[in-house]
Amino acid sequence: MDRVPVLKIGDILLVSIQVDMEDQLALQLQDDLAERIVETGCHGVIIDITALDIVDSFVGRTLSSIAAISKVLDADTVVVGMRPAVAITLVELGLSLQGISTALNVERGMELLARSRDEEELLPPDEADDEVTASS
Amino acid sequence: MALSADESARLASILEQYSDQIISRWTEIASSSLRGRLTPSELGRQIQELHRALLSAVAANGFELSGEVAVELRAVLDELSRSRARQGFTATETAISVFALKDALLEVIQGSDSEPAALRDYLTFSAVVDQMGLFTFEAYTKAREEVITDQAEQLLELSTPVVKIWDGIVAVPLVGTLDSARAQVVMERLLQTLVDTGSPYAIIDITGVLAVDTQVAQHILKTVVAARLMGADCIISGIGPQIAQTIVSLGIEFGDIVTKSSLADALRHALRLQGIDTARRAARRGA
Repeated sequence: MDRVPVLKIGDILLVSIQVDMEDQLALQLQDDLAERIVETGCHGVIIDITALDIVDSFVGRTLSSIAAISKVLDADTVVVGMRPAVAITLVELGLSLQGISTALNVERGMELLARSRDEEELLPPDEADDEVTASS
Repeated sequence: MALSADESARLASILEQYSDQIISRWTEIASSSLRGRLTPSELGRQIQELHRALLSAVAANGFELSGEVAVELRAVLDELSRSRARQGFTATETAISVFALKDALLEVIQGSDSEPAALRDYLTFSAVVDQMGLFTFEAYTKAREEVITDQAEQLLELSTPVVKIWDGIVAVPLVGTLDSARAQVVMERLLQTLVDTGSPYAIIDITGVLAVDTQVAQHILKTVVAARLMGADCIISGIGPQIAQTIVSLGIEFGDIVTKSSLADALRHALRLQGIDTARRAARRGA
């Protein structure tokens, strides 16, 4: 059976879906990804769906649950490269992919992950900095 | 309606024998209705062409306007109607150019002999001319419809540009009324541009939209949600006071979508989101 490869790049897991997403494949990906996040301790997941022509409601829901599972495992999920036609179809179907962040391409997705990571880590000193300037 | 061999032969002989007289009279009557909007030489050429095509059509046996023998005649009529339609002549003016042949024929037939057969001939011929007139009329309408469809398409193309106004920021200035077809085009083009340019911010400017109803708002909201799914943020700008009131009284919820009153505000907002400090902020901070 086909499997979607999960690649580790630095602190990020990259999943590039190149085949038609069938229900079984989506569930398999969900399992694999959960295992890999725990195994590698990565804090970011990028799912690249540039090659997907169709995202049906099941795949949409699986993406949502992957994002939720990753969140529990302390990893942010970004879905990147959604095609205009796919986005229009999802909107017409009324699916809004709750809880998923999106980016235009892998590069932007990596920036987004880095930024949200920075914010989490740097927020306290940043606030302290602001206070200093405000009081001075 | 087909002509018998006998009838078409008689029509052909009349057309040939009195060709100069018919053409000059035909041109005269047709030009009087056109009131000089077509040059006499141009009209003369068209009439001569028609005359020649009709003559060669009736010279063959078993004339019928929809038949094989009249292919050329139909092409000439079609060409005539098309050029008239594009030049802006009315349907009546176009049809008269064909119907004028009747008067020209009548004069010739009256002049030649006064037998009762002449009357029968004339009726038959005039039926042929009627058919030609109807054909002209249909071709004229078809040409006009083509012009209208072309224009509608061009309008659709013209009215929806997506412009890149900064690195990573694209804008769509919407103008006029937004119906489903146009909204679809705008949506597709905007999303495609986002992908092509890799821009994470889009500004939808509705300054030029005359009225916003629930349907228009629905289209805009769909576009914003679709862009968001792809990883881009939309800012709606150019909401005038009247439209703001309409939106509120219609109960349209824009939710967490950013709305700004002017394109400049929206651009400043997008720049700030990108981490670019604008002069005004820098100045305020410096003060």
